Amino acid sequence: MADGKTLALVGGVLVLLAAATGAGQFLKLYPESGLNAAVVRSFNLRLRAWWLMCSVLAAALLIGDTATVVLFGAISFWALREFITLTPTRLGDHRALFWVFVLFTPLQYVLIGRMRHSRYELYNVLIPVYAFLFILARVAVSGDYKRFLERTAKIQAGLLICVYCLSFAPALLYLDLKPGESQGANVRLLFFFILMVQVSDGLHFLWSRLVGRHVIAAAISPSKTWEGFLGGTASATLLGAALWWATPFEPWGAAGISLLISVMGFAGGMTMSAIKRDRGVKDYGTLVEGHGGVLDRIDSLCFAAPVVFHVMQLFFPLQQP
Amino acid sequence: MTATLLAALAKLLSGASVRWIDCQPDTCQRVYFANHTSHLDALVVWAALPHEVRMLTRPVAAKDYWEGGRLRRYLATRVFDALLIDRKDIKVHQSPVDLMIREIGETKSLIVFPEGSRGTDGIGEFKSGLYYLSKKRPDLELVPVHIDNLNRVLPRGEFLPVPLLSCISFGPPMWLESGEPKADFLLRAREAVRRLKEV
Repeated sequence: MADGKTLALVGGVLVLLAAATGAGQFLKLYPESGLNAAVVRSFNLRLRAWWLMCSVLAAALLIGDTATVVLFGAISFWALREFITLTPTRLGDHRALFWVFVLFTPLQYVLIGRMRHSRYELYNVLIPVYAFLFILARVAVSGDYKRFLERTAKIQAGLLICVYCLSFAPALLYLDLKPGESQGANVRLLFFFILMVQVSDGLHFLWSRLVGRHVIAAAISPSKTWEGFLGGTASATLLGAALWWATPFEPWGAAGISLLISVMGFAGGMTMSAIKRDRGVKDYGTLVEGHGGVLDRIDSLCFAAPVVFHVMQLFFPLQQP
Repeated sequence: MTATLLAALAKLLSGASVRWIDCQPDTCQRVYFANHTSHLDALVVWAALPHEVRMLTRPVAAKDYWEGGRLRRYLATRVFDALLIDRKDIKVHQSPVDLMIREIGETKSLIVFPEGSRGTDGIGEFKSGLYYLSKKRPDLELVPVHIDNLNRVLPRGEFLPVPLLSCISFGPPMWLESGEPKADFLLRAREAVRRLKEV
């Protein structure tokens, strides 16, 4: 796994993070540098989250695929807790929720982990078909018809976003890439994917701050602008193309996947902001004090993962005869 | 050992974050009084206390629930050492308040739920036990506790919990003022719990 490409990619990220941390500490120590103190603080907090994410991910990847799947399963579980805690439910939803947490969430990750050994791709349909129908029927059986569709849709949306969508990130580890590629290629692909999601988030934010004029939807997020979206997406695409050597793609493929990741990540951030606005909270972390908002960190990942997984299966010659 | 394990499990299951607002954990004799939302309340508030305090604190719980079933009885009597009160059979000469005062001695603290039973919406009226307890033992610190969202983890009539996130807030200690009328005191205590929701 520790081949030259992986080392170059991981090493590059570490050097960048270290440089950014140095800059953040410098700005904190010398407040007269002219930057807004609140911006510096939020930048430093964001960096700390990145370090944490990087170290947890690195540890999981070093231990192996199964550990990575378990890690993502735990993240999904926690995110779903936050999602459902934020969403008002009624007593009649209790039994359906119990099975959502105890059965469907772990089972989805078991299926992902056993992807190579299963004949039929059950992980693709478990939640959109079986859990979808189960939730409807179980809530109906409980006998409470009040706002029925609204309630079931909330549970279904939570399960789809937090569990189903996110589970396709570790699924990248199980894709059959081009022959001749080592197992390290899968690890690198997952690392590249997460890196691009995070970098593209950062670029959207940066471009919006620097040149943002036209706000996309002020009621949902006053900081997201068309300039930020276009500039961020374009620069993320270029950066992804420049990193093609670390991916299973040619430069054009790497650019296309990066473009896709950037657009989907943006859509995820927008969607989660809309849900938060509706519930009147700023982030999922403030909901229950002391719990960092896991959902705030993974919204872009959730939206990008299933689409990237699907597009790779469609357009890239993964399994050569 | 079992107690520490059970406390950790309760915290994990209830996703409880613990806040101390104008109040510090202390091993002095206290009465923690909380709103009642779920059968898990006593267990989760008990688990939210730091280890040294937890070892000296006994939840007061309903006998009919905690003696139903072998596991519950084992947990209540052997692990978190609950003080079980018979809600149906309250005798005049053996009132729950007298029992509580006798059981805590000079070292133990209590967790009580003055609403008596679980409310449906908001916090119900407080029963007078807290007042009499405080009148007989004015030295006890009364600590308001607010439990948020635990009723969704294990609602009334359910036996399987859904692991959502909840929040336990401990507020500033209060005492019964000299000559304070019962109704005023109970209202003040209830308000102290309710206020913690908004902090």
